[in-house]
Amino acid sequence: MTQSFPVPRTCPYAPPPEYARLREEGSLVRAELPGGQVWLVTRHSEAQQVLIDPRISTNPTNPGHPMAALVIESPSEEELRFREKYQQGHFGDMDPPGHTLYRRLLIPEFTVRQVKEMRPGIQEDVDRLIDDMLKQGSSADLVEAFALAVPSLTICRMLGLPEAGGDFFRDRMNTMIAVGSSSTQEAVTAAAEVWEYLDVLVTKAEREPGDNLVGRLVTAAAQSEEISHDALVGMTIQLLVAGHETTANMISLGVLTLLRNPGHLAALRDDPAGWPTAVEELLRYLSIVDWVGFDRVATEDVEIGGQVVRAGEGLFVLGASANRDARVFDRPDDLDLRRGARNHMAFGYGVHQCLGQNLVRAELEIAYRTLFERIPGLRVVGADDDLPFKYAGAIFGVRELPVAW
Amino acid sequence: MNARIVVDRERCVGAGQCVLAAPEVFDSGDDGLVRVVGDTETETGTAVADGIRHAVRLCPARALSLREDG
Repeated sequence: MTQSFPVPRTCPYAPPPEYARLREEGSLVRAELPGGQVWLVTRHSEAQQVLIDPRISTNPTNPGHPMAALVIESPSEEELRFREKYQQGHFGDMDPPGHTLYRRLLIPEFTVRQVKEMRPGIQEDVDRLIDDMLKQGSSADLVEAFALAVPSLTICRMLGLPEAGGDFFRDRMNTMIAVGSSSTQEAVTAAAEVWEYLDVLVTKAEREPGDNLVGRLVTAAAQSEEISHDALVGMTIQLLVAGHETTANMISLGVLTLLRNPGHLAALRDDPAGWPTAVEELLRYLSIVDWVGFDRVATEDVEIGGQVVRAGEGLFVLGASANRDARVFDRPDDLDLRRGARNHMAFGYGVHQCLGQNLVRAELEIAYRTLFERIPGLRVVGADDDLPFKYAGAIFGVRELPVAW
Repeated sequence: MNARIVVDRERCVGAGQCVLAAPEVFDSGDDGLVRVVGDTETETGTAVADGIRHAVRLCPARALSLREDG
């Protein structure tokens, strides 16, 4: 029987249970989507092969791209017009050489060295959020009070936005996250408002570029006639979207995972130097981004794992499955915070591997360490069964995490 | 035995994996792309050589390679 897709998760700490069976069935298996069949790539080695092969494209306009097979209804004219505008500068959907042009404008902003300089700012924001939590009492929703706020404040610092800008973004992004697929009109309105805000920001920077990411981006792009004003706005939006819900979900789920594993947490308290390694393992273990962003289509016939994928056939790489592949990770279902494996797929692989990965590493490490240091009595209120996990979401997470101390 | 690092800056996507794996050897240039700051040749079997091997394996764009010769 062909696997139906997407497969929902049933446990917050593991990929869908079907993945283990699919991984044994083959490195590439056929799956049935509402709009047709695609390949699921289940194993680590083949996942990397797919994501590095220049004959395999991420461009959703290429015939056979698997995102089209996820839905049966064609989008309305209005939605298509909207998408066309908001897709500009969306380099995550581009192949080289176009992708290279865009990505290289942003690479200098996210280097290991640049991130090191951003750490004091992140620490300051994290400390202030914890101050506020402590001031307000002895309980909070960690998602609202902390997890969503950390990435939002970080991106505001990068873009050189005032704090009011942060509140504005957080509010609109939360609307976009909360509505999900149920009510797209609200999400469209929120996205349009974000676009307008950043449009103004980019226009200002074009007149008078400041010493921040947008200013430098505008200056660098001025040397290339290929990058339009709208593309710059789109690029900035992509940074906001890519770094927001993902980071927030990793913060809340990571905290939950550590609180459910007190032995691991105690070891980290004794040896804070172990945090970077622990962050890496939480990224692998939780794999909150599974197949989203790993949608590809072959533009020529390609052989992967002994299987010929024909030109025009779509593929979804299952990042969460690759991250539990015993061919690469010893005892992959164990949470081993000293594992120290950075060859996981949480940030993807190939030319699209997460541009902000070192920023995320810093945010997670500072957020976890500071939270457990400053609130040593932190505990989750309630059992996992009572927590609102996003089992149907494209990015896995928890909607609320009631904590007390 | 010695090993020589070969860097293809055209392929580099600035993920920074090499800088994390072997900071004594790799850094990023002003353009954010990989730059070798240590020796391009290293004796095999040392800790630095291990870091380099790790960097080669982790690079998501396969921009690094290692040439070993006796």
